[in-house]
Amino acid sequence: MTEHVQVAETATLVQDAINRLEAQFAGAVRRDDREGYSGVIVDAGRLVEVATFVRDRLGFSYLSSATAVDYLGKSESDPLEMVYHTYNLQGGPALVLKAQTPRSEATLPSLVGVWPGANFQEREAWDLMGIRFEGHPNLKRILMWEGFHGHPLRKDWHEAYYEQDTKPFDSRWPEGHVSRAEEHNPYGKNVRYPAGFTLDGYESQAEKALYEAAPMGVHVTDMATDRVVVSMGPQHPSTHGVFRMIVSLDGETIVALEPVMGYLHRNHDKIGERNTFLHNMPFTDRLDYFCSMSNNLGYALAIEQLMALGKRYEPPTYRAEAIRVLMVELTRILNHLVAIGFLLNDLGAYFTPLMYAIIERELILDFFEAASGSRMMCNYMRFGGVAYDLPERIQGTAALVNDRVRDFDTMHYLRALINDRLPRAIDQTNDLLTTNEIITNRCIGVGVLTREDAIAYSAAGPVLRASGVPYDVRRAEPYSIYPDLEFDVAVRYHGDIYDRYLIRLDEMRQSIRILKQILPILEETKGQPFFAGRGGQYNPRVPAGEAYGRAENPKGELGYYVVSDGGQNPWRYHVRSPSFINLTALEQMCKGHKVADVVAILGSIDIVLGEVDR
Amino acid sequence: MYGSGIVRGLGVTLKHFVNTYLEDIRWGFRRHVPDEAFPLRQGLEARGIFTVEYPEEKIATPERFRFIPFLVVDNYDHPERPGHDWCTSCGICAKACPPQCIWIVRGTNPETGRPVPEPAEFYIDIDICMNCGLCAEFCPFDAIKMDHDYELASYDRTGAHIFNKQRLSKEFRYWQSIAPTRAAEEAQARGGWEHKDVLKQREREARAKAPASGGEA
Repeated sequence: MTEHVQVAETATLVQDAINRLEAQFAGAVRRDDREGYSGVIVDAGRLVEVATFVRDRLGFSYLSSATAVDYLGKSESDPLEMVYHTYNLQGGPALVLKAQTPRSEATLPSLVGVWPGANFQEREAWDLMGIRFEGHPNLKRILMWEGFHGHPLRKDWHEAYYEQDTKPFDSRWPEGHVSRAEEHNPYGKNVRYPAGFTLDGYESQAEKALYEAAPMGVHVTDMATDRVVVSMGPQHPSTHGVFRMIVSLDGETIVALEPVMGYLHRNHDKIGERNTFLHNMPFTDRLDYFCSMSNNLGYALAIEQLMALGKRYEPPTYRAEAIRVLMVELTRILNHLVAIGFLLNDLGAYFTPLMYAIIERELILDFFEAASGSRMMCNYMRFGGVAYDLPERIQGTAALVNDRVRDFDTMHYLRALINDRLPRAIDQTNDLLTTNEIITNRCIGVGVLTREDAIAYSAAGPVLRASGVPYDVRRAEPYSIYPDLEFDVAVRYHGDIYDRYLIRLDEMRQSIRILKQILPILEETKGQPFFAGRGGQYNPRVPAGEAYGRAENPKGELGYYVVSDGGQNPWRYHVRSPSFINLTALEQMCKGHKVADVVAILGSIDIVLGEVDR
Repeated sequence: MYGSGIVRGLGVTLKHFVNTYLEDIRWGFRRHVPDEAFPLRQGLEARGIFTVEYPEEKIATPERFRFIPFLVVDNYDHPERPGHDWCTSCGICAKACPPQCIWIVRGTNPETGRPVPEPAEFYIDIDICMNCGLCAEFCPFDAIKMDHDYELASYDRTGAHIFNKQRLSKEFRYWQSIAPTRAAEEAQARGGWEHKDVLKQREREARAKAPASGGEA
């Protein structure tokens, strides 16, 4: 009950903030009164002023997400809109700031000066939507390369294999004569380049700029230099994927670092806008492929928020919520075990901790596979519940030669896993690593991110909490049945690699605590519906409006900003990926440390490139 | 004492090392453990080596496991309609498919030109299929199901990876064998082991025969 009161209070807090904004900036700030929308629309000219006021005076000091929407054909002026979600670190809902700019000559003032965490997100908005940010220190493409034609998220931009604006495609049924896309659009002819761009004698200007921007003492071709620019990657600088860092070194000390990414980019957002709402669910699995269950939940939350705007909406049943929390917390444990394993790989403890982590992960994945049908690409959550109830037994059926059958009772399996096996695995990790002198020597005091920086750079999840900010979406803006569950928000205060390691152990222990409370709920609710509303709807109706669904993922706050125009498909679908935004602070953490520490610092952030590049 | 943390960690690795051999002794140093031991070695009790030696050993997949879809057809020895498609070409799977890898040509009666409830052609491009299982989940006729056979490596990408109706079709018996519980549950929901339309037809016939008693079938 107390939680409900709290939510009501914080909601008025946002109303107060908007009132104060309107009073302070009369004429420059107006309420967003479109149906299903919230927040305020700010005059572009005074955006920086308003943002500073919001951060310093109103207390919304944390910029969670900054993204752009193209409203082509939705209003007379066809504007591009930038949407900023700011939060109070005490908890509560978002104060949403919006700024509009015309499509031709789209320009907005940059907010990097107010929130450094907007850096990559504004670059992404420039890259994908073509909004120029005045005052941005490094405005260039971030996910695409320089020879890319246009800004793909604009509604009038069509991809090479473009077939139709939205799915389902008419060519599939009832006259579905199959053809392969590359037959219509053969390799070599499927790329468009910007005007004046040619591959003859092509020399990458972006690469040149990258090296020139890196601070060097003298020109690198003169041998008498004291600074060297090193390109680390993109072939696995550590064990995290195709990621590259341009590191500027003074001796072995890092002077500057710039992440280069996009090697795995597939424009998840654009795919999401072609898809129907439900189509996106399996695509979210592919973001952070370690945590597909949590990704599913975040997306389900966003769409349920939108559906709640309609009249006939039934929230998920209690059993569905309990199953969701079970899945998500198991995901957190497996992610953290593996994250610690990879961090130790980066530190040179080659594969022993990781392999121990993978044993436990296998056991969790066996359960996921039995429940959802897939180990990693779970596609398990639906709007209003989950796809299937928990299976009676975790049991294989022999279908192939040499198949070995295992058979466990599901609840017995979960009890044994949660009460015995996983806590022991966490203790084992603790015994193996925590007091190890090599680890303490290499981790303590390295890669420090101060509390202020962590907030300013929009760091999220374990990175934020290891810097002394006890901010956890499960408590700050509770969703699902977390208000009923007892757990503490883990927090550490030094902000170094070691604390980011320790906080993962803490969080796993809290997850075990939650799971122990979930088990009796699962027993009690056995047989109750796991899905609310009518089943069998592959195309649920989603009312027009906007929603920002966020979930506390193992890697940090995962947010889905979804705009619906009332049709079958999302008008805008944006993923605020924690891995991507946590990288904004990488340079800050690495400066002044040795080059050998970079990999360890990167490992301590715990990124997955499927989510960084999207 | 400096170094005690390392020693403590090495204790953990030593335990794993010893456990591995204890397990081996337990199963008599056999390269592949007997079937009854497999759940112990690959389960909650596992202490030693956790590796499965594919392809000599494979973990049997659970019922809900999903790989490329297949089309259910009546058993080839079915008395009335052997090998008949369960699919009615309603197109829901093609619409629910996120990467749009399903192509269906609706069947038509060659004489009248009217659509009939069966597919003339049915294609799935398995290179595009993302194994999400939404087609099977939303099929109102239990006619498309996810397969368990994940060993599909082939030498030719361009020709061999578009599955046609013939390649996709599998007997209903096969579905019963890979997912006995679910097949039984679905049959219960339909009201019998046969296809929905067959059951309806029978019910209609039974009603026509014995209007007074009704619903005996």
